Amino acid sequence: MTELNDRCLDQVVVGDGLPPLRVDVTATTIVLGALAARDWRPMHHDHDFAVNRNGTRDIFMNTPNQAAWFERYLTDWTGPKGRLGRMKFKMSGSVFPGDTMVLAGTVKDVSTDDTGCGWVTVEVALTVEGDVKTSCVASVALPTSRDDNPWARRGDRWKP
Amino acid sequence: MTTPASIPQELADRDDLPDDVKQLIGLGQYSEGSEFAVERGYIWTSCASVENGNPLFWDDEVAEQVTGGPIAMPTMLSVWFRPHHWAPGRTSQALPLQVHFDLKERFDLPEAVMTDNTIVFHEPVRPGDRLKTRQVLQSVSPPKTTKLGMGRFWVIDVEYRNQNDELVGIESYTGFGYKRDHS
Repeated sequence: MTELNDRCLDQVVVGDGLPPLRVDVTATTIVLGALAARDWRPMHHDHDFAVNRNGTRDIFMNTPNQAAWFERYLTDWTGPKGRLGRMKFKMSGSVFPGDTMVLAGTVKDVSTDDTGCGWVTVEVALTVEGDVKTSCVASVALPTSRDDNPWARRGDRWKP
Repeated sequence: MTTPASIPQELADRDDLPDDVKQLIGLGQYSEGSEFAVERGYIWTSCASVENGNPLFWDDEVAEQVTGGPIAMPTMLSVWFRPHHWAPGRTSQALPLQVHFDLKERFDLPEAVMTDNTIVFHEPVRPGDRLKTRQVLQSVSPPKTTKLGMGRFWVIDVEYRNQNDELVGIESYTGFGYKRDHS
């Protein structure tokens, strides 16, 4: 059996900061992210369209790819047993090639629901040069003990 | 379509909403199956796009141990429903959130933005799954004026289920359809 590096609920307290993730965004980052999400819209791969039709500075990162970056950021911190329950995000700006985006999160709540599932609520900000481009609030289930596994929960025992 | 059991009184009493729109609230629309089964190539490409090294997606032993076998990144829900860029015989572009475009047309609101997106994750999505989806209009606001212009907010849920009819996720979009002040 593979030994997993998983974060348990009792290792987390409100106010904990997640290690920031810095990503130097290139045109490849944007295009790969859009096509991986099957998003063929030209503003995510066609510089001329983005600039001259959309009026933006360049091609920009699409929403599903931002969600994928948030997921990666959160599960890097939780380990593989961390199970996303809910994610809400609001975009207020775009991410372009040449930007260095930084994801930084803070634990806002730690709780256990009526089924015994352990939850953390994390606020994550995606910023570029200090400006928040996207804010995200995520609920992630964490194991309550070394033997617990949120992924084993089904039906009424999973209340995201 | 699935007919809602009844129109709630508070909705029936609203005089800012046309009756045909009231009828759509809570109604399942645009039920469809995905064009292809969930497959690992896309999962790995998506992981690569964000440098996600979570062993759930790369190590079958870990996947078996934790999730009972390989799964897709949960945030890939909508990936399985984006239409091919081209397909034989297709004469018009397929739109992934048709209720949104229907509302723009119904209220004659040429511009629109998405303001919020919430995803709730249920059963994991696994390679080989054939997913199906439907869209449910949850609410439409009275006319509002924002810095963008005058329009309405609406909330649309997109439900995703697998071939066993198990709920795998719900995406909830808040959109604002509007007319610019000068238009």
